[in-house]
Amino acid sequence: MEEKDYLKDITEIKQLMNRSSRFISLSGLSGILAGIYALIGAAVAYWLVSNSGRDYLILDGDVFRFIMLDLFLIAFLSIATAIFLTTRKAKKNNEKIWDASSRRLIINFLIPLLAGGLYILIILNQQKYGQTGALMLIFYGLALVNASKYSIGNIRYLGYIEIILGLICTLYPGYGFWLWVLGFGVLHIVYGSIMFIQEKRA
Amino acid sequence: MGIIDNINKLFDHRIRLGIMSILVVNEDADFNRLKELLEVTDGNLASHLKALEQANYMTIEKSFIGRKPNTKYKATREGKAAFKKHIEALEKLLNK
Repeated sequence: MEEKDYLKDITEIKQLMNRSSRFISLSGLSGILAGIYALIGAAVAYWLVSNSGRDYLILDGDVFRFIMLDLFLIAFLSIATAIFLTTRKAKKNNEKIWDASSRRLIINFLIPLLAGGLYILIILNQQKYGQTGALMLIFYGLALVNASKYSIGNIRYLGYIEIILGLICTLYPGYGFWLWVLGFGVLHIVYGSIMFIQEKRA
Repeated sequence: MGIIDNINKLFDHRIRLGIMSILVVNEDADFNRLKELLEVTDGNLASHLKALEQANYMTIEKSFIGRKPNTKYKATREGKAAFKKHIEALEKLLNK
């Protein structure tokens, strides 16, 4: 048996392990765009609140409803963009968009995210909205860390940073808005760009 | 040569090695998934699966999804241990 063959064996084993257990076609560009949507959405929210005549939010006012709509639109556009670009990239990689590895990725991403989302909605209904920004960051971070086992490794670090930002936000709820902008806007753009550069190189 | 002894004859084939690589990192895999990942024909895959099953390296679980038969393959503890030993032997050979 030639040594070269063994080396080839090892490479092939690694490839198969990765391909069979991880979904690798996440698109960096969709991260950048999600960040941009978040920044635009945040600017709109900022403008709404500063033009409402008050500098705080009341829970059943029109402004609050607009901000909820604003948040919903950011989430919707980000997800739609991610699905579109990821499908395109998966096709290019010859990877199936809906198979065992992508299913596992989505399920593991959604568990912390949905739990967190419901929790936030419930406490908003109980008039406790001071921690909303912090909770969004923490649960989103946990979702990323959980999903990273089934995808390319570096979304784990994005998750860690989001969790840390969320905890800082818990300590300083007054900066909630700016930490949210940092976590969902700036970080997505930075991370998306890093991934985008790596994609180009690969 | 102790190292050579640890090289598992059963894993000295691309497809059998591939099947085990997939099964050690996944809880289970069905026939079509294996076929897709390994890019082999039905008959070819089936014969290699049989060889691994006979060595007790994996178990076969047959069930139905709706009306379609579905066969799931799972690595046994014995299979995982043998695979690990084989990989270690390969690494030693390459590092020597």
